[in-house]
Amino acid sequence: MHPTPYEEIEHTADWALRVRGVTLESLFEHAAQGMLSLLEPGYLDSSPTGRSLELSAIDLETLLVSWLEELLFLIETEKIGFQNYAIRIEGTSLEASFESVPIESIKKDIKAVTYNELEIVHDQEGYRTTIVFDV
Amino acid sequence: MVEKSDLIRIDDYRWEIPTSYRDDMRVPVQIFASDALIDQALDDKSMQQAVNASTLPGLVERVVVMPDVHQGYGFPIGGVAASRYPDGIISPGAIGYDINCGVRLLASRIAFEEARQWMDDLASALYANCPSGVGVGGSVRLTVKQLEKVCREGAEWALNNGYARREDLERTEEQGRIDGGQPGKVSTRAKQRGKEQLGTLGAGNHFIEVDVVDKIFNPEAAEAMRLQEGMLALQIHCGSRGFGHQICSDYVKDFQSAVKKYGITLPDRELVCAPLDSPEGKDYLSAMACAANFAFCNRQVLAHHARRSFEQVLAGKVPDWDLTQVYDIAHNMGKMEDHQVGGETVRVCVHRKGATRAFGPGFEGLPETYRPLGQPVLVPGSMGTASWVLTGTQRSMEQSFGSSCHGAGRVMSRSQAKREVWGQDLREQLEEQGIAIRAGSMPGLAEEAPKAYKDVDEVIEVVTNAGIAEKVARLRPVAVIKG
Repeated sequence: MHPTPYEEIEHTADWALRVRGVTLESLFEHAAQGMLSLLEPGYLDSSPTGRSLELSAIDLETLLVSWLEELLFLIETEKIGFQNYAIRIEGTSLEASFESVPIESIKKDIKAVTYNELEIVHDQEGYRTTIVFDV
Repeated sequence: MVEKSDLIRIDDYRWEIPTSYRDDMRVPVQIFASDALIDQALDDKSMQQAVNASTLPGLVERVVVMPDVHQGYGFPIGGVAASRYPDGIISPGAIGYDINCGVRLLASRIAFEEARQWMDDLASALYANCPSGVGVGGSVRLTVKQLEKVCREGAEWALNNGYARREDLERTEEQGRIDGGQPGKVSTRAKQRGKEQLGTLGAGNHFIEVDVVDKIFNPEAAEAMRLQEGMLALQIHCGSRGFGHQICSDYVKDFQSAVKKYGITLPDRELVCAPLDSPEGKDYLSAMACAANFAFCNRQVLAHHARRSFEQVLAGKVPDWDLTQVYDIAHNMGKMEDHQVGGETVRVCVHRKGATRAFGPGFEGLPETYRPLGQPVLVPGSMGTASWVLTGTQRSMEQSFGSSCHGAGRVMSRSQAKREVWGQDLREQLEEQGIAIRAGSMPGLAEEAPKAYKDVDEVIEVVTNAGIAEKVARLRPVAVIKG
């Protein structure tokens, strides 16, 4: 059985997501899906468009923060959501392609993706981490 | 987790976590709290975060924790730490993503009883004129060149462009402008976000609130602030929007490398820092000043729109519909200040995250009107509950690096608040209490329910009984505008 891809865990003031993935790529995909679900986007009835991006960072945690920040920036400035991710991670570099879907609005705001106690752990079940978002 | 048995009680309102608690602590942690509030503070990770903060290099005396403390991300909300210049550090995460989030208070001579019938119209006008909510663009769209001027000039830009009066700036922390803002130290991405967002409230816990001055405790200070019992006042709570968030994100990421370069080991990567006089530290201070100036200007533009709203609704109906500035104060900021450390005057960078400056009487930098009284300290309560106006004291200079509390402080997660409270029910309850509500999102309203926060009155009792602030006035809400 696959583990739950992401779940919100209690935090007094901000949002915290526990994310799991069998592979590193699926961890990054589930983190993106989890973050998007927190924002509660309302999608427009419009055809998706193909997008891609490349990132590299000093370590995997920074790569994860950069990946989510990149998506947040696109949500805010281009008003788009995402689906059908294809992610490839080599070392601490990422290549991602995905479909962007126009959104009418998002109900919630995330100020930032934080490094608070951020650690990507690899165990027998795959990869897991907890991400705290400043809201 | 820190347990109560780990604390040493200093007096009725102060507790200490000594450096013996953990080997990597450089200074003790001192918490201002009553018996009830210390138990709440021990319920989440805020004390652990304060202990983590105490490991930052170059800190002096102690990490101070305010009674409205709650868990944040890295550094606790309600934390104060001072690092010695020049070899101490600056930590962007210990200031927060919403750089210069703060509160502005304006006073009026409008009697609530006289204006009561127009409160609904006033709430609607404020909601229409002050852009709020997620992804809502600003009332003042800037070019990058104009944004760069805002970075350098702060509220002065608003004055030069018809959004301010000279007196507004005089009654603003740092006169609404932090020196040293260099737009060249700010990323293109931050500018792209910021140029669309001047004059916006945002979402989350940010708000505009119309209040009635409910009770005066210090008539002399209240008179200087032009606060009169039974008259309306207005609070604006917001910060530097996506501009500041992006600047902090950029530097927290950059500093992940800086800590390696300077051989700094920390228990949480969100606390990353650089020496104050290092190239990285100086760059962040310049960028932080840009965000702080943007936030001062943002609250100033919103104050201008609030004045327009009051005029639209109340002109000709009440004798005087003007709003005059009481004060504008930051509660997420790093400030270079002089403090007494071990009997010597020492230059330090005071990190206040969810804590306000609260300088006592006689300090330079306070407006002439307030210098004999101490600096106004603005403490908004949770939605529907009281807010407080205080003044800083000499004791705050001795005990808390001239700082005090910033609000009620959360005790309940947003998801739990939404499980326990329906936004529509809350709105009806508040309206039954005579509070007009305008909110962009009902779930968002539920997240900010009063039961999700501590009792602000108890927080105020702690800071005033501990002597780090004195009561001036209590405010009662009559209209709340949220994104």
